[in-house]
Amino acid sequence: MTGSVLEVKDLSVTFRTEDGPLSAVDRVSLQVTDGEVLAIVGESGCGKSVTAMSLAGLLPRTATVEGSVMLDGVELIGADKRTLRSIRGREVAYIFQEPMTSLNPVFTVGYQISEVLRVHNGLSRQAARKRAVELLKLVGIPSAERRVGDYPHQLSGGMRQRVMIAMAVACDPKVLIADEPTTALDVTIQAGILDVLRALRERLGTSVVLITHDLGVVADLADRVAVMYAGRVVETAEVHELFARPQHPYTAGLLGASPSAGRHAGTHRLNEIPGLVPVLAQQPDACTFADRCPRAIDICTTKQPVLAAGVACWNPEGR
Amino acid sequence: MAVADLSTIPSAPVTSRGRKVVRRMLRNPLAIAGIVVLAIATAAAVFAPWLSPHEPTLTHLDRAFAPPGTAGHVLGSDDLGRDVLSRIMFGLRASLHVGLLAVATSLVVGVPLGLMAGYFRAIDALISRFTDLVLAFPFLILAVGLAAIRGASLGNAAIAIGIAQIPGVIRIVRSETLRLKSLDFVAAAIVDGAGDAWVLGRHILPNAASVIIVQATVAIPAAILGEAVLSFLGLGIQPPAPSLGTMLSDAQQFASRAPWAAVMPGVAIMLLTLAFNIVGDSLRDALDPKASRR
Amino acid sequence: MKRYLLGRLWQSLVTLLLATIVVFLGVRALPGDPALALAGEDRDPESLRAIREQYGLDDSLLVQFWQFVSHAARGDLGSSIRTGESVVSMLSSALPVTIELSALAILVAAVLGVGAGVIAAVRRGRPAEWAANALALLGLSVPNFWLGLMAILYLSVALGLFPASGFVPFFSDPIGNLHHLVLPALILGTGLAAVIMRQTRSSMLDALSADYIRTAEAKGLPPRAVIGRHALRNSLIVVITIVGLQLGALISGAVVTERIFALPGFGKLTVDAVFQRDYPVIQAVVLVTATAYIVINLLVDLLYSVIDPRIRVRGEA
Repeated sequence: MTGSVLEVKDLSVTFRTEDGPLSAVDRVSLQVTDGEVLAIVGESGCGKSVTAMSLAGLLPRTATVEGSVMLDGVELIGADKRTLRSIRGREVAYIFQEPMTSLNPVFTVGYQISEVLRVHNGLSRQAARKRAVELLKLVGIPSAERRVGDYPHQLSGGMRQRVMIAMAVACDPKVLIADEPTTALDVTIQAGILDVLRALRERLGTSVVLITHDLGVVADLADRVAVMYAGRVVETAEVHELFARPQHPYTAGLLGASPSAGRHAGTHRLNEIPGLVPVLAQQPDACTFADRCPRAIDICTTKQPVLAAGVACWNPEGR
Repeated sequence: MAVADLSTIPSAPVTSRGRKVVRRMLRNPLAIAGIVVLAIATAAAVFAPWLSPHEPTLTHLDRAFAPPGTAGHVLGSDDLGRDVLSRIMFGLRASLHVGLLAVATSLVVGVPLGLMAGYFRAIDALISRFTDLVLAFPFLILAVGLAAIRGASLGNAAIAIGIAQIPGVIRIVRSETLRLKSLDFVAAAIVDGAGDAWVLGRHILPNAASVIIVQATVAIPAAILGEAVLSFLGLGIQPPAPSLGTMLSDAQQFASRAPWAAVMPGVAIMLLTLAFNIVGDSLRDALDPKASRR
Repeated sequence: MKRYLLGRLWQSLVTLLLATIVVFLGVRALPGDPALALAGEDRDPESLRAIREQYGLDDSLLVQFWQFVSHAARGDLGSSIRTGESVVSMLSSALPVTIELSALAILVAAVLGVGAGVIAAVRRGRPAEWAANALALLGLSVPNFWLGLMAILYLSVALGLFPASGFVPFFSDPIGNLHHLVLPALILGTGLAAVIMRQTRSSMLDALSADYIRTAEAKGLPPRAVIGRHALRNSLIVVITIVGLQLGALISGAVVTERIFALPGFGKLTVDAVFQRDYPVIQAVVLVTATAYIVINLLVDLLYSVIDPRIRVRGEA
């Protein structure tokens, strides 16, 4: 096994809002090794998207980011704008949830792919366009020579997401961050996109950070999983280990009565757990899940559990 | 200016809307300044007959071209020795009169048409032809036509400005009606068998009130500027009655000899419209902080 | 595409027809005998009869309307009751002045307005935004004609930087022509610039919060490409329509500006006609303005469909 490509340590994100500061991510630590797919799962509002955005400095100015993000030995938190720009799109690339709105409506898809190549690799207009056609073929778009001149609205949602993927892998990045890449798509289309991602990962050996709330996608693609709750990582494990023996009561709740989770992409979603993800002005010195936890004991409300042996819990399952 | 998906950031519970609007307004020092200026201007206009130091139309040829600061003429006098301050106070009357009359005209016609255009699909196209037609006549051309047919007067100027403002009112009320119509509580009222007039009057109009108020606060200063333009051209108020516009057109003749007579009325118009625009802007921001922040 | 264009064309024709009817009826709504009005000072029975004949005032309204439209379509808008000059020839000497003034003013407004709007949106929450917003608010609140008076008073008369009034045709003296028009165009342009600035700012803010801008940033594009290419291109589509709708304000502003700077344009023609009760000229002025407004907004919509690929292709599919 090679070392970590991406090493996140004690990452915290706070937003300034009209009603005071809002903590979105609290001391999150993650590692992604070469060629690995790490899935970050959790309910909406748990901070998984904010975590993903903060990695390459894509959060708005109202966000304060603390901690450390090392990409191949280079510190990204606090790096100057020029450094971040040269890393974005070339070493860390993103795929977003909404293929319908993530492409600029007034430029052709070929132009939008070429842009990345021209900025980072200094390709000429013609060379970039030729490469764009190859990339479109790579992500499985039929008659790519013709499609390269299409505007986004002329393509279906699935095709647009393939364009987004082509754009993301254009410069052969070290880490691909896919934020809910299939959520906005029809179930039938989702399988195709997952196939493309799997093929690319095998072919290019790119590490992938996969943000999702879909356990089917996790089982399909991920090697390792980090479960997030209310801005904290509550459990990390190998994917099979997690599905077989969840340790945190929250993970157990998510998996619920879904033993065959992951057989079919998109058919199994997270289980409903009673209660809501809390909104936090400040992270309390307690377990944030304690209110909703069936296994809560006294210490859970007075002291925050730290991540040890893959789980942050005072009273984990199977103990 | 990085951008992120903020939909995942939960929003805080909202306290009472009305109180929040007032609180936001009062937190903005510029808005307070605007309100103060409007209050002073309104008081000066309303109480002009009692407050003004001189008769606005009284000529004193022996006191012509008195510079500002002269005893009895704080802002100076014009070519006929009339007091500039007194004329400005009475001019403000004309400005506010036209501003309110014009906006009232546009609301009386525009609000019902906007409600109907948004609510009844069938007549939407008809009303939009009407707005296209009105838009084809710029306010000055309308005023020219109206002055040709009915003669130049303050009332006709107000009507011309009001007509020209109708399309804006229709457009805003229509889009607000469309938005409200799609909301659950209106749909529920319709399902419950409420009549169209009831739904429009009890559900849609009260909820559209805030956008109508904001529209009015931006329309009034526009109307005031319009009145000044028309009076300047001689298409509005008729001399010797004072208006800020006619004062400027008089002063144009002797501007290099008595620049104050040209500067003061313009400053008065500017302060008045600036105050209205500031109050309108901050009211809009306070009602919808998201829209202004975007 | 074709369907959209035909629909838009049809709408414009209907509006134009309605506008013509309004103008036609407006003249008939004049108090008293329209022949008296049209005759002006010349009121002997003989010339009144001639006017009735000429305008067909004894015919039915429908016939009169047909006469009016067919004359107008042939470029016959009657002649001035003051000078006897044909209205069309009066317009053809006045319009070029106004068109040049308006074009220059739009240029000024577009450069100032788009520039300040982009700066305000990008420099969110910093002094530059504050300054740009304050300038726009001032631009909306200052009466243009007063600004013109002040400019003449302090820049032309006191400092002698610009001619205070008058006009030289472009083709006889291009430099002198521009020298005469710079100040009026700046004055006329400021109000429009404020409107464009506010629109640019708000649509830039919309564009900057769009998902595709996040994509552009995630690609590692430099700010110049993110703002200048991805955001501005989308915002300008909205700004162009606003400019079309501001045309009415521009025409009104041009009338006043010409009056102040004594430019022999459309505005002077209009105001003189009102004071001289020159009804054929007033009628023509109103009709020409309405037609110009309708035609230009049609052109703006066509331009819009060329710039925005979504409209362009939707129709073709």
